Amino acid sequence: MNISEERRFKIRNFKNHLMISLCLIALLIGLIPLISILFEVITKGISQINFDFLTQEIYPLGQPGGGIGPAIQGTFIVILIACLIGIPIGVFSGIYLAEYPYSKMTFIAGFLNDILSNMPSIVIGIFAWILIVSVTGWSILAGGFALGIMMLPLITKATEESIKIVPTNLREAALALGIPNWKTTLTITVPTAKKGIITGILLAISRVAGETAPLLLTILGSRFFLTSFFEPTAALPLTIFNSSQSPFKYIDWPKAWGASFVLIFLVLIINVAVRLLTREKFKK
Amino acid sequence: MTEEQLSISTANNLKNIRKKIFSKEKISGDSFFKTFLGIITFLIFVIIGLLILVLIINSLLSIETFGFGFLWGTEWNPTPSDPNALPVLGILPPLLGTLITSLIAILISLPISLGIALMLSEFTSKKFNFWVSFLVELLAAIPSVIYGLWGIFVLIPFLNQYIYPFIQDIFGFIPIFQGATHGYNIFTGGILLSIMIIPTITAISRDIFSAVPNSQREAIIALGATKWESSKIVMKYGHSGVIGAVILGLGRAIGETMAVTMVIGNSFNLFSSLFDPSYTLASLIANEFTEASSPEVYLSALIETGLVLLVLALVINITARLIIRFTTRKFKGVETF
Repeated sequence: MNISEERRFKIRNFKNHLMISLCLIALLIGLIPLISILFEVITKGISQINFDFLTQEIYPLGQPGGGIGPAIQGTFIVILIACLIGIPIGVFSGIYLAEYPYSKMTFIAGFLNDILSNMPSIVIGIFAWILIVSVTGWSILAGGFALGIMMLPLITKATEESIKIVPTNLREAALALGIPNWKTTLTITVPTAKKGIITGILLAISRVAGETAPLLLTILGSRFFLTSFFEPTAALPLTIFNSSQSPFKYIDWPKAWGASFVLIFLVLIINVAVRLLTREKFKK
Repeated sequence: MTEEQLSISTANNLKNIRKKIFSKEKISGDSFFKTFLGIITFLIFVIIGLLILVLIINSLLSIETFGFGFLWGTEWNPTPSDPNALPVLGILPPLLGTLITSLIAILISLPISLGIALMLSEFTSKKFNFWVSFLVELLAAIPSVIYGLWGIFVLIPFLNQYIYPFIQDIFGFIPIFQGATHGYNIFTGGILLSIMIIPTITAISRDIFSAVPNSQREAIIALGATKWESSKIVMKYGHSGVIGAVILGLGRAIGETMAVTMVIGNSFNLFSSLFDPSYTLASLIANEFTEASSPEVYLSALIETGLVLLVLALVINITARLIIRFTTRKFKGVETF
């Protein structure tokens, strides 16, 4: 090996290490915002959390005290309505996409599903506004409808993927016993894929729980507990947004952090639970 | 026919119908099941079709009033002081705002995302990947309103104190970097967006890189290549997929509303510098939609803005999906070969 070759080898080796360290630095840069967000929300938010804060009505901007009770209530109800719309449609169409992979409809529906999952959320908000709010006025049903549409493609995709990985011999065993196709799907395939489907549903919930834009156009936000389905309603993301726009630094901004803490707690719990669920599957 | 006969014949008819419905020979469970699922799946077609149709119908008034001028009009005056004058509405500034913020976001997040994706697919162990992928996914799970809050109270003070003066010191002679900064501007919006689309680009690039057949790596490593040289081959092999990922990230950035609304300054002007406050299409809708009760054409114009956003997102997403689909198909072909 002559000198110039040795030098070239050294340069290549150096380049190799340099690029790997650059990738590591990229990873660190990517994680800094995550750590900073979690740190800020936890340190600034946790001091706000107490029983009154979680249960009381929202006070007007600039007035100390009060809580985020209606926002928590509104978020839970709106997610419930979204689930009622998103889960049945999502799971059934997911089953269709997985069970009949060669039909023309599957090809187009799968494509449209991808398109729907990347639809700007505010456009879905406008859609719900035109269909429901412009007829009935501000309504939590419209909010649930918008979030349900946003959940739908996520659940469909998750159902399709998890049914597709169910081993074929399970299905064949059932079919060999003379069980009709549809019964096999409902009693063998879907229960086997249950975990994946539930995971997908949970992730979809955590994705829409923090959605603000469509809620802004459908439930508007309010300071009071829900009394009817057809009135402006509060939700956690809307409360965070409103408080953050307030000029009262020492009164409203801490409330925004407190509400953020509750929201991020909800989202994180779901994500960590899902990760642990899927890790068990990995080990087996 | 007497009444008695009539009732007997009806009963027989009912029996026959019941037989038809419940007998296994007549209606098979499978075809019923498939039809039932098919109808539900068809709802996806209905939703997307209805969404586009409804948006078009409701923006007709604005389309008729402003025509194509709506796209390059730079004035936004929905309620003129003269009651007889028509409102003047055009969306060029927020359209540019949307495009520029998304472009900045892509430029910043692409190298970072590629670095992370390579780290995950080429340089590390599986166990490490599991948790790092989880952290990157968490970045995607954080609600956009919390990104906005963090942007207002953490990112903007930081950028104002350290980054913006630094950039202006170095690049101050270029016009787009001139002007007073108060933090709420296009550049901040772009930076915040870049953080939000890192998970999208990373996840897809990582999947593409992992799907590159191992024979490619083995071949070049057998020739004595270093790890970086082999990952260059991997990147070259998967480059069309990465382009797809970038376009998909662009789609995400264009549709993002809340976080950008909170940091971009929300001012309707044709900006001359990246440090000017501006608008995006989504933030224009979010800010004004609930107050746009009169005149009628104002609301219609905001819905047309939504339509423009929808068309942008559709074009971008369809392009990205097609690219990604063809790339993975290409990979599959190689693997079976």
